[in-house]
Amino acid sequence: MQQIISFIIKYKYFILFMLLEIIALNFTVQSHSYHKSKFVNSANVLTGGIYNKIHSFKQYTSLKEHNQQLLEENVRLKNKLSKTLINSTHDTITVIDSLKYFQKYSYTFATIINNQYHKKHNYLTINIGSKKGVEPDQGVINSKGIIGITNTTSNNYSTVLSILNENSKINVKLLNSLHFGTLTWNSEDYNILQLIDLPIQADIKEGDTVVTGGRSTIFPKGIPVGFILNFNKKNNSYKSINIKLFNDMSAIGPVYIITNFDKKEINNLEETVY
Amino acid sequence: MNDVIKYIFLFIILLLIQVIVLNNILFLGYINPLLYILFIIVFPLMRDRGFILIVSFLLGLFIDFFLDSGGVNAAATLAIAYLRLPLLKGLLRKSEIDFLVFKVTKLPFAKLLSFIAILTFTHHLIVFSLEYFKFTEILTILSRTILTGIFTFILIIFSLLIMNKSK
Repeated sequence: MQQIISFIIKYKYFILFMLLEIIALNFTVQSHSYHKSKFVNSANVLTGGIYNKIHSFKQYTSLKEHNQQLLEENVRLKNKLSKTLINSTHDTITVIDSLKYFQKYSYTFATIINNQYHKKHNYLTINIGSKKGVEPDQGVINSKGIIGITNTTSNNYSTVLSILNENSKINVKLLNSLHFGTLTWNSEDYNILQLIDLPIQADIKEGDTVVTGGRSTIFPKGIPVGFILNFNKKNNSYKSINIKLFNDMSAIGPVYIITNFDKKEINNLEETVY
Repeated sequence: MNDVIKYIFLFIILLLIQVIVLNNILFLGYINPLLYILFIIVFPLMRDRGFILIVSFLLGLFIDFFLDSGGVNAAATLAIAYLRLPLLKGLLRKSEIDFLVFKVTKLPFAKLLSFIAILTFTHHLIVFSLEYFKFTEILTILSRTILTGIFTFILIIFSLLIMNKSK
């Protein structure tokens, strides 16, 4: 016993060092895996608050672009709306059955207050949290395309797993065919992502548009992602397909968060199957 | 008492400078200097080494909270805080150091430079190894360590000069 105590006293700094180092490494390993509740994240009151303060100064520099972006989106949506109004005047059908108006998605707006795009595991911080109904695993998009998936939430802030993250795997498809693939990132260029698992039967050309596939409960079908920049074939399969994003990931501001009303039902159903 | 306030102040200032300014520099697209380790370099040597270990762990962890990087910076900062005293003893070829009078900035210039360089590059190597966490990316890890390390090193030297001038 005496020896153990003298051993501890002799090496007390080393023991303290090892203890703290193990805690730090534990946090690191946690951050490298996707589905783990993370203790270290920037969605808490202190970091979120400071990022919010910084953002309130910085936002003026990009107001012009963000306004332009929102105007473009408004024009597109207004044109779409006016088309449907013309169609509906030809034969007016009044549907009273409320079951047929089944809303599947709703959108909430948020602003990115901290943006990362130069690391291997990139996370964004947004200025709304669980008070406004944000939960983990919701899709985050803007008018030009997808941004990421919500990861951790606090009362007023949330972190978003950017599509520029090694752990991010998003189901996508080609606009002009029904072939599906997975969108990943090789951590090189922040505007170029990689499409993998695309079957060789898919006939692709440079410039083809890629949209979300809608096979998960996170993103609805048909949200724009990017276009095929280049690709090469090897041994009768696609080796690497580079996708150029429509978004500039270094300059994103206002975003939408997607709530899927069917998510719970789908997840429950899937749990009973597996 | 005066010193305690001074180092609390330095802790907060370095943390804020790192988060507000330096994390947004992105020189050449990805180089962000990690100036906050200046705190470990200038922190006075004490007989009780437990304190610096805990403080450095907290400093790294705060940076990690801001960067969403798990415990990468905490692990690296803790490591250099532990290495600091053995390294100084090795550089000065002394087995005992007079803790009360000793000051890092009073070191001979060449020894001061090598002290800062060794701590900076060790810290950066740990940060990037843990961040990439893959053996196949060793070249990326090394290139980022060296490029970011040079940048941090220069900034630390400049900050030390400014801090000494203002006294």
